[in-house]
Amino acid sequence: MNKETALWIYQKMNEIRYFEDEVHRTFGKGLIPGFVHLYAGEEAVATGVMALLENDDYITSTHRGHGHAIAKGCDINGMMAEIMGKKDGLGGGKGGSMHVADVDKGMLGANGIVGGGFGLAAGAALSIKTKGLDNVAVCFFGDGASNEGTFHEGLNLASILDLPVIFVCENNQFGEGTPFRYASASETVAERAPAYNMPGIRVDGMDVEAVYNATKEAIERAKAGQGPTLIECDTYRQYGHFEGDEQKYKTEDDPNRDRDPIPEFREKAIKNGWMTGKEADKIEQEAKKTIEEAVAFAEASPLPDEETLYTDIFA
Amino acid sequence: MTNRNITFMTAINEAMAQAMRKDENVILIGTDVAGGAEVDHLVHDDGRYDDAFGGVFGLSKGLVTEFGRERVIDTPIAEHGYFSAAVGAAATGLRPIAELMFNDFVGFALDPILNQGAKMRYMFGGKAKIPLTVRTVHGAGAGAAAQHSQTLYGMFGAIPGVKVVVPSNPYDAKGLMLAAIEEDNLVVFSEDKMLYGMKGDVPEDYYTIEIGKANVVRSGEELTIVAIGKMVQVAEEVANILAKDDISTEVIDLRTVAPWDQETVLESVKKTGRLIVIDESNPHNNTATDIASVVADQAFDYLDGPIKTVCAPNTPVPFATNLEQAYIPNAAKVLKVAEELIVDLKKEPMI
Repeated sequence: MNKETALWIYQKMNEIRYFEDEVHRTFGKGLIPGFVHLYAGEEAVATGVMALLENDDYITSTHRGHGHAIAKGCDINGMMAEIMGKKDGLGGGKGGSMHVADVDKGMLGANGIVGGGFGLAAGAALSIKTKGLDNVAVCFFGDGASNEGTFHEGLNLASILDLPVIFVCENNQFGEGTPFRYASASETVAERAPAYNMPGIRVDGMDVEAVYNATKEAIERAKAGQGPTLIECDTYRQYGHFEGDEQKYKTEDDPNRDRDPIPEFREKAIKNGWMTGKEADKIEQEAKKTIEEAVAFAEASPLPDEETLYTDIFA
Repeated sequence: MTNRNITFMTAINEAMAQAMRKDENVILIGTDVAGGAEVDHLVHDDGRYDDAFGGVFGLSKGLVTEFGRERVIDTPIAEHGYFSAAVGAAATGLRPIAELMFNDFVGFALDPILNQGAKMRYMFGGKAKIPLTVRTVHGAGAGAAAQHSQTLYGMFGAIPGVKVVVPSNPYDAKGLMLAAIEEDNLVVFSEDKMLYGMKGDVPEDYYTIEIGKANVVRSGEELTIVAIGKMVQVAEEVANILAKDDISTEVIDLRTVAPWDQETVLESVKKTGRLIVIDESNPHNNTATDIASVVADQAFDYLDGPIKTVCAPNTPVPFATNLEQAYIPNAAKVLKVAEELIVDLKKEPMI
C-alpha cells in the first residue's frame, strides 16, 4: 500500500462513518422513511476492496450498502437525498436506502433481497469476459446471505465459467438477529470455497490492509482468467440490523465488538509512514464537512414530482 | 426474399440466429441450450461444436455450431443462478436471451425477474436498462402433467417492468422474437409447446412485429373474440362455425399480454357489443379477467351482454389424456358461451 492509497482509504472510511452516524441521527428525527441498515464498523471491507477497483469494475451490494456506494464513488449528496426520498437523489427518490445505485460508476445497486447479488455479479463478470475487457466484478454479501441457495448457484456458475468475479463476505456475526455460528453448518464461509474449486480466504475484516492484500491477489487471479475467489472478512456492525433494532442478540463476547477499524487504520497508517497525524486530522474534518454539506443538500432538495411515479418503468 | 413454409420452432431459431449475427452482444444462456459441453466427440476437427440437445425441444439446434460456446452458454441446472447472471449481464451491456425450459420452473428463477430485472430501472431513477429476453414454454396438451404444462404468462404480466409476448403462429413468432431481442427491456417470450410443429409462411428477411399491438386476424361486426397464443386457432374455428349462421365474428390475436392493446380491444367491443376472451390460464387473476375488467370499466355502455371468459378450470394440469383434453379450452366450450351472447342475433338454433 502506498501513501496515496492510504489517504484515499482513510478519507472514504471517515466519509462512510460520518455518513452513517448522520443517517442514524436523521432517522431518529423521523426524516427518513422506511428501513435503514447502517454500515458503520465494516468500513475496512468496502474501502480495502474498492481501493483496488477502477470506475469500470462492477460491484453488487447488499441492504447494508451505503459504505459500498460511497467507496465506489457514488455522489454523496445524491445518496443522502435518495435516502431521504428526495428529487435529487441518485434514483430520483424512487429507490431509497436499500436501492442506492449508480450504474455509470459500476455500482449495480444496494439490494433489498438477501443473496440477490451473487448471480448479478456473475452476470456482470460474464459481460466483462464476453466483451474481452480487463475488469472484475465484486459481489459483497453478508454472512446471512451465505446460507441462501443463491450462494451455491452463483459461486458454482462463476467457477465453471471461470468468471472474473470476487465474492466478498462481510461476516458481521449476525444475519438479522441470528448468530452466524447458529445459522451455518460450517464454521466459516471461506471453508466452503474449495467445494467450488476456488480459493477461500478468511481475513481480519477490521484490518484494511488485510482486506486490501487479499483483494489484490483475487483481482490478479480473476484478470489472469483463473476464475473467482471467495474472501471472508471477519467484521462487526456497530449499529443493529436496522435502525430501531434493540440488538438483544449482541453479547459482551462478540468477536470484534471492542474494535473500530478507523482508529486502527489511523494508527497503522501513521506508524507505517503512509499518513501523518496532521493529514489524518484534516481528512476527518473534511469528511465531516462533506457529510454536513450532503445533509444540507438533501434537506434542501424538493420531494420528487408526482408524475415521476409513472416514469422509468421501461426504457 | 422468399417466404418459406417453416415451423414455429424453426422460426424462433431463425430469429435468434439473425439477432446473433446482427449484434455480437446477443447471447443465449440456459440449461442445455446446446448440451454436451466439454464432450470431446461433439467437437469438430475445425473447432466447431455440435449440440447434444439444442434446447430440450431442439429449438436452438445449430446455434452453438455457428456462434460457439462463448455465446451459446450451457448452464448448470440452476435457474436462479443463471437468470440472475442474465440480468447482471443485461445491466452491463450484453443482450441475453435466457431460456426457462418450462414456465413452471419459474419458482426457482423468479427473484431475478421480479425483484431485480423488472425493478432496477425504476429504483435507479431510469439509470439502468435491462435488454433481456426470457424465452419460456407454457401450455397443456403434451401429457407433460402438472409441473411442465401450466400457462403462466399472466403471472409475468402482472409484474410492472415486464413485457410479455405470446405468439400464435410461425410468422409472429419470428417477428415478435426479433422485436423482443431489440427491446431495451425485460421481455418474457412465452411459447406454447403445442405450436412448435405448426407450419406457416415466414419471410427469410429480418423483420419485427410491434410489441404491445394486437392483431385483428378476422374482421367482424357482431361478436369479438380475443384469444392468446394457441387459442387463436380455437377462436378462428368458432368464428367459422358461427359464420354458417351468419354471425359475424371479429377475432383478435392479442400477441402481447403485457401491456395488452387496450385500444384495439376496446374499439372492437364498441363495434360488436359482445366479447369473449379465450385464455388457457387458470380462470382467476389472469389476462382474461384483466381484459374483462378493463372492458367493463371502459366500454360498459356499448355491451349487449355479459363479458365471457373461457379459461382452463381452477385445477392443476392433469396427466391422463382425456382429463388433459377436458382441461384445455376448445371450440365447443367457446360455442357454449357464445350461444348465450348471440341468442338475440340468431334465427335458428345452432347446435
